[in-house]
Amino acid sequence: MATSVAAKVSGPAGINAGRAVRRYGWTVAVYVLFATLMVATLIVKPDFGAFEWNTLTLAALPLAFAAAAQTMVVLSGGIDLSVGPLMALANVLALRATVGHDLRYSVGVALLVLLEVTLAGALNGAIIVLTRVPDIVVTLAMSFVWAGLALLVLAKPTPGIPLDFQNLAQGSTFSPWVPNALLLLLVIPLVWIPLRRSRAGLAIYAVGSDRNAAFRSGVNLGLSRVLAYAVGGFFAACGGLALSMTTGVGSPLAGTYYTLSGVSAIVLGGVSLAGGRGGMLGPLAAAYILSLIPAVLIYLGIDPNYGQMIQGVLIVIVVMIGGIGTVLRRA
Amino acid sequence: MSTRAVTMVRLVQQRSIVVLIALLVALAGLIEVIRPGAVNANWVSNILEFAAPLGILAAGQTLVVITSGIDLSVANVATASAYIMASQAPFGVTRGIIAGLLVGIVVGLVNGVGVAVFRVQPLIMTLAMGLVVTGTLNVYSQASVRSVPGVPDVIHTLGSGTVLGYVPVSLFLWALLAAVLIVGLRGTGFGRLLYALGDNPEATRLAGVRGWQVLLANYTACGLLSAVAGIVLAGTVNAADLSLANVLLLPSVAAVVIGGTSIFGGSGSYAGTIVGALILTVLNSVLTLLDVADAVKQVLYGAIIVLLAAAYTRVLGRE
Repeated sequence: MATSVAAKVSGPAGINAGRAVRRYGWTVAVYVLFATLMVATLIVKPDFGAFEWNTLTLAALPLAFAAAAQTMVVLSGGIDLSVGPLMALANVLALRATVGHDLRYSVGVALLVLLEVTLAGALNGAIIVLTRVPDIVVTLAMSFVWAGLALLVLAKPTPGIPLDFQNLAQGSTFSPWVPNALLLLLVIPLVWIPLRRSRAGLAIYAVGSDRNAAFRSGVNLGLSRVLAYAVGGFFAACGGLALSMTTGVGSPLAGTYYTLSGVSAIVLGGVSLAGGRGGMLGPLAAAYILSLIPAVLIYLGIDPNYGQMIQGVLIVIVVMIGGIGTVLRRA
Repeated sequence: MSTRAVTMVRLVQQRSIVVLIALLVALAGLIEVIRPGAVNANWVSNILEFAAPLGILAAGQTLVVITSGIDLSVANVATASAYIMASQAPFGVTRGIIAGLLVGIVVGLVNGVGVAVFRVQPLIMTLAMGLVVTGTLNVYSQASVRSVPGVPDVIHTLGSGTVLGYVPVSLFLWALLAAVLIVGLRGTGFGRLLYALGDNPEATRLAGVRGWQVLLANYTACGLLSAVAGIVLAGTVNAADLSLANVLLLPSVAAVVIGGTSIFGGSGSYAGTIVGALILTVLNSVLTLLDVADAVKQVLYGAIIVLLAAAYTRVLGRE
């Protein structure tokens, strides 16, 4: 089970084809699925151009961050069902503080919001570690706390995010085909790659794949788990700010959709809910796939209400295929 | 710690339900302090009436949690069942109720196939099925009926009628289901298999149990109970809209956990869940009496659930 950790400890230096397929097969499959969907989109809508691509990247941006947040927590063997409300909290805090200010001030506010919501995420983790109450229960209950706080900050959806700040995501500074919303995703590898290469990152994987073994190897379990929730909170904050930039609105209920969709994206992206297996590449592609589906439905002239249903069915099918794989390997 | 204190702790650990009932009484006392005279027969009747749908919903959740699973689609199923019951009721109330219950059975069956046959993690399987149910319901509501359908009189009576002035009609249904569940979990082979599967699935398999059949039946039962809860709830609030039972997802899990069923499976009882559901309903009543903004209420509700669960884990030394 603990491929990611075991691979570093044992095994010869040579390339092991079986292991490579096990480790990267799913991620490759997800990218193939995304490419297939893009081709299908081009067939359905031949005039798919830079504008449509930009729209897709804007829709996928908050979801990609939600998926990154969930990935962090799930890799450490936990789950965070308060990702959506955390995003909403960041979103409304940003609106309250930036309305009527210039770009420099807004960016300063954004950094502060990132810090605050990172702490909120860390608090989730700390409560779980200190009280030993199961993560599902704590984060489900904390989702009420964060959603309530978001409502206290802002009672109803209000526009007013400064235009310059919105343009950080909505414009395309370099080329119409490389919109800013795509470049903003670079935040994820900038945080993720150094973390994964550090002791702390390895510890998170270790805690997620086998808590006992990690403990006996001298890993500080509590600290690693809190760190995972804190980084999760950071990505959730990025998601909330992404919502501010892409919609221009602060909305206390904006995050609701992202808790479930984030979990869907990581499962589709090949992150094991049992913890310790998976990475960031798969969930990113999955976020794009899940955002592309409603768009394709609109191009096809189908009621977008089918979107949720199709998303659910797609996930059921994918996890069942994954399940068959596990059953067959065991047999 | 003195011997007497140790005995006390042991007694509390073994009889956790006593602690829960004490907490329930304390909460009721708090209401009486905040607003003297508020705790009367009418109040008790109201609490029972609003606890019944939650208690039935949490019944399904208890069954699933005992097998170390979780069902995050219960609220979506309850909403969909109530809506479909109400929209089919004009063609006959019986047809409406059967259609509503069928929703629960079908969704529960699919959940069961995913979890038991395909070995999908319960969390993701039920989450995805919740998406499917809500998505399908949205499409159905737009295709079939434009307005929110009304609730038939029979269901309204079931959900909010009273006998002898104070005893809610729904309490009879709840009590019946509770009796079946409590006796069934303790006294039947199926019930004990649920505990066995939750405690040690490998040992259960080696003992010759076809675990997948048990799980399949269990998730189907959970779906059916969710459907019943949704229909009762529609009667209680006398409406069946597209988000009817969605607020009950957290309480359904919280009632199980507060009631002493381990989320890791293998232990717990429905009796505990009943008290858990009552505590949560009374807690809601306390928060309503506090007369604060909805947002504050929400924050307090979440925080208190964390505190209760933490205290429970600490005091009783369970996880």
